Amino acid sequence: MVTYIIRRLIWAVVMLTIVSIITFAIFFLVPRLAGATSESLAARYVGRTASAEQVKIAADKLGFNDPLIVQYGRFAKGIVAGADYDYGPGVERCPAPCFGYSFLTRLPVWPDLLDRLPVTLSLAIGAAVIWVLAGVATGVLSALRRGSLFDRAAMGVALAGVSLPIFFTGIVSLVIFSYGHPFRITAPGGSFTPFDENPAMWAYNLILPWITLAFLYAAGYARLTRAGMLETMSEDYIRTARAKGLNERRVVVKHGLRGALTPILTIFGLDLGLLLGGAVLTESTYSLPGMGKYAIDAITNQDLPKVMGVTLVAAFFVVFANLIVDLLYAVVDPRVRLG
Amino acid sequence: MSFLELKDLRIHFPTDDGLVKSVDGLSFTLERGKTLGIVGESGSGKSVTSLGILGLHKGGRARISGEIWLDGEELVGAGQEHVRALRGKKMAMIFQDPLSAMHPFYTVGDQIIEAYRIHNDVSKKVARKHAIDMLGRVGIPQPERRVDSYPHEFSGGMRQRAMIAMALSCDPELLIADEPTTALDVTVQAQILDLMRDLQRDFNAALIIITHDLGVVAELSDDILVMYGGKCVEYGTSDDIFERPEHPYTWGLLGSMPRLDREPTERLMPIKGSPPSLINVPSGCAFHPRCVFEERTGGRAKTEVPELLETEGGHLVRCHLPRERRRAIWENEIKPNLEAS
Repeated sequence: MVTYIIRRLIWAVVMLTIVSIITFAIFFLVPRLAGATSESLAARYVGRTASAEQVKIAADKLGFNDPLIVQYGRFAKGIVAGADYDYGPGVERCPAPCFGYSFLTRLPVWPDLLDRLPVTLSLAIGAAVIWVLAGVATGVLSALRRGSLFDRAAMGVALAGVSLPIFFTGIVSLVIFSYGHPFRITAPGGSFTPFDENPAMWAYNLILPWITLAFLYAAGYARLTRAGMLETMSEDYIRTARAKGLNERRVVVKHGLRGALTPILTIFGLDLGLLLGGAVLTESTYSLPGMGKYAIDAITNQDLPKVMGVTLVAAFFVVFANLIVDLLYAVVDPRVRLG
Repeated sequence: MSFLELKDLRIHFPTDDGLVKSVDGLSFTLERGKTLGIVGESGSGKSVTSLGILGLHKGGRARISGEIWLDGEELVGAGQEHVRALRGKKMAMIFQDPLSAMHPFYTVGDQIIEAYRIHNDVSKKVARKHAIDMLGRVGIPQPERRVDSYPHEFSGGMRQRAMIAMALSCDPELLIADEPTTALDVTVQAQILDLMRDLQRDFNAALIIITHDLGVVAELSDDILVMYGGKCVEYGTSDDIFERPEHPYTWGLLGSMPRLDREPTERLMPIKGSPPSLINVPSGCAFHPRCVFEERTGGRAKTEVPELLETEGGHLVRCHLPRERRRAIWENEIKPNLEAS
């Protein structure tokens, strides 16, 4: 078990390193392919008023003329140990983890990202709780009443759920529950109250985005759970559980659902990991100042350091979530421990 | 009244293709401490019968009629919850393939503990001790260590032993073993059969062994019931079936049984054809399309369903051939061939 964990941890670090190399290479090469030079990149830091000479000095000091490998080394070192940036007027200390400076605001990327993180975390985790509970419960009931009216209705709604994009369901929900007065339950989006400030307001402001996001995912989970339950409930060990005299509820939950849990867990890890990197559409639709919104703004402004920072943080969450899933796998399925 | 008595049990499944008559009018009795072997090919209704006794078809699509009396209680008409409470406690079952019949995600011990605690209000600790005792009793070495193993960490024979320990954990009075040795190596089969014989003696339970292998029941059974197409075609003591069988299907089963006392060069005599469809059961005697002696009934086998009649001393046969004729065929045509070696 310990070797398994260590192997998984090493693998996660290797994955992150590879991801950072690829990301850096892309963000190094793409602007140059598009015709940017070291000077034009440096110019974005020193501003338009600077002379050509100043820009050239800044480019040298920022290391934009160094080979790719040296620049990556400096970038990686910045993340681990922090870095000193010197672009003319003076040296600025960028503490670890340093993802560089925004072209636009000239503020370090990391503190900005850190501000956005609670929004995305709140959104993703809250929605995840709702979609797992709703999706799995619906899937189990559908499987047990296969072919019934409930099953057909639930699967119909689920099909709608996976098919309808967030920017549609989100706007419809805003019209009905936020702007439309008869059903008004929540304020129009755009506001976020930190949990530790006022939990009730936190939930009130997020309830609509949660449900909208959860609807999309719950649909998939309901279908996945239903398929898994139909399979496990026809397994021999279910017959054994019944032959022991277990009541039906325990047969379903303890033996059936337990057997169907593994694929759900896998997908859940991937989904949550992806969402933690920014629920782009949901945050945009509800104007929530999360990482997804941050990424969109950064891309619109061609603010490369920000885009790179958000990409790496998102990658970190995906790798991290997969690591957790792999570890949970060994807990959920004892047969994994052999491998 | 007998400990277990089935009266005209019918278990039918409505399907899109028609009504599947898996069990069609089955009756037998069984006493405590006795063993009944139910023999037949796949699809003859053996397993459906056993699941029916346990009430596992209840609430499903099956149409069940007839009577099942267990220790003075009728089970077909009893409520689902009532039968559930008897399951595992008063009657228990051992399944064919212990790898798929045990939950892969729970330890063997946990599964036995669960079975025990459903019917006994004891602490986990007491149940665990009981599970270890049971594992020891079925011959698993180092039970206090193996109790925490998962089914996939056991060998096939050990798994079947664990399965037996689970079934016996609540001291059932009726034990049904559905093909208990089919998934096992031949050498392990004998060990498991020995174990079952010993345990039955200790527990004084009524035992039903379901199998397609006459060799298995030969070792254990007091009585044998041969099933074909959902019906009993021959019923008698072990001696009746092996020494004086009267049904052509039983002859076929005996002829297709590999035996160590035969010459290795001798070919088995398999029954031609395949088991009948349970939806479109052949007219008359269900076995007639495969029966070698069918023409000797003068056409009755094709049109008339034979009755299950007593030939002598509790030996029942469902065949149109006259009794003298059957005996003559057995003595002159079948037996010499089986013993030719």
